[in-house]
Parts: sequence; structure tokens; C-alpha cells
Amino acid sequence: MRAAVVVFPGSTCDHDTYYVLKELLGVETDLVWYRETHLDPYSLIVLPGGFSYGDYLRAGAIARFAPLVQALPEYVERGRGIVLGICNGFQILTEARLLPGALTKNLSQRFLCKTVKVRIENNATALTRLFQLGEIVELPIAHGEGRYVASAETLESLKRDRQIVLRYEGENPNGSLEQIAGICDKTGTVFGMMPHPERNSEKLFGSGDGVRFFQSVLSSL
Amino acid sequence: MKEFLVRVLVEPKPELLDPQGQAVERALAELGLSAQGTRVGKYITLRVKALSAQQARARVDEVARKFLANPVIERYSLELEEL
Repeated sequence: MRAAVVVFPGSTCDHDTYYVLKELLGVETDLVWYRETHLDPYSLIVLPGGFSYGDYLRAGAIARFAPLVQALPEYVERGRGIVLGICNGFQILTEARLLPGALTKNLSQRFLCKTVKVRIENNATALTRLFQLGEIVELPIAHGEGRYVASAETLESLKRDRQIVLRYEGENPNGSLEQIAGICDKTGTVFGMMPHPERNSEKLFGSGDGVRFFQSVLSSL
Repeated sequence: MKEFLVRVLVEPKPELLDPQGQAVERALAELGLSAQGTRVGKYITLRVKALSAQQARARVDEVARKFLANPVIERYSLELEEL
């Protein structure tokens, strides 16, 4: 079992994510440069938060053409492991069409940096299997482009295939469609979430519940 | 080979709520202009060499669809000018 935390120019949460996997959970983890395309050694690939390429054009729009991201469809198709995009990672995965829909400017037009409540909408996924269905978890968010949008058909198919994994509970911080905070693809191996579990993975930083998302993923591999 | 100036206009899809456009529209009202349907998009200019306007358009159209605009949230149009 080996995990990769991808480093793009402009990634900022790569070391936090590495710390959680390597130091807290004892997983063999590599910081992997975005030019790498040999992904076979890894059963978990995390695209971390940050501002890859300065969020130029649209958040994630340029990173999706990075060699590593170009190698992801084949990785997913072959069922090599789990891909988790957090915040900017989620934006990159939607831009790469590995996840449906898009993330666009927050309704408030403001960068949001706060703790929000998130509800576990589906606990039958690799990301959430250690949570109770409907459980409410506090997680930090930090984004300017986190409003999830999708066409009516996409929303319908997300619901039908139980791909909505997380929703904001109570306040909808960024105006996301149907309070969507996290989704997965049809294979159940690609995940995207706007909140930052790595920033609440120890009691020092809150409930520490974020670590359970990583534990869930690891326990499913 | 001819050279073309291409202007790519990207705007939020009509059905997408555009908070930036709304904020601008409110400010326009403050300035005394009562405007409707204000949308804020992007304007990208580039120069390409191609054999014909048709070829230039086709090549830019391809990257606009794939990269310059995200079809989930945006639509775009191209304007070409031979240099």
C-alpha cells in the first residue's frame, strides 16, 4: 500500500495531506511531481488543495492538462486504486471530466475560509464507509470557486447512481446546487470534495473527524 | 500562411446564475444606469497562423471547446480578423 500526494505548481495543502497519511496514519506516502505519469505503485492518489497555476482561466483548468492528470483516466479505467481530489483537486477532476459538473465562483463572490457542517449523504463509499449515514461532521473550507453546478440531467444521474457523497448541512456556504459538497464518479473510485479533511485530522484543530475520511479510504483498499 | 487575430469571448451560460454580473449591475444602478442582464465573462485574444480563416477558426474552436471555456458553465464565440 503506497499513497501519492500530487504536487502541482501552486499546491498548498500537499504537505498537510502528506503529514496526515504518513505521520498520523503511517502510510508509505510520496509527494509526486505533476509531471510523473507512472502511477502504478500507488493505490491512492490525492490531488491536494491549493491554487495550481494560480487558478488562471478557471480553477483547475490548466492543471487538468498536466501529465499526471492526463494519466489518470487510464489509472481509473484499470481500477488501480482510489483518486481523491480535495478542494483544488476536486476542481481539477471536474475540469478533467473525471467527475461530472463544475465548480464555479461562490455566490457571495468572496473567498470563504471557515468551518462548516457537512452531512454524510452516502456511507456506502470508499471515502465514507467509517461514518454513519446522515452523520454531521465539521470541516474547514477555504475556496473562492466552490459552488457546485451541474445540468439537470447530470444531477438526475448523480442521484440515481448515489454519487452525492457529502452535502453542506444548514448553511450552504457557496451556493452549491442542492448543497453538494462532495461527489464520486460512477465507478466509486474517484472522489471530489471541497472541504479539507486534512485540516481537521487531529483534535488540536477541532473534532479531528477529517482523519476518518482517509481511514475510510485506506480501509477500503 | 496567413496570420489571424482571434478574439475569444467566454461568458457564463444563460441559465447559470452570475453573481459577478449581478454585483456589477447593482453598481451600475448606483451610477444611474438601470441595466438588465449584466454578465461578466472573459475576453481572450490570440494570434495564429493558418492557411485559411476556416482552418484558423477550426483550430481555435477546438481549444476553446476543450480548454478556454468549460462547456458545463460557459459558452463562447470567436471573432477572426486577418492581419
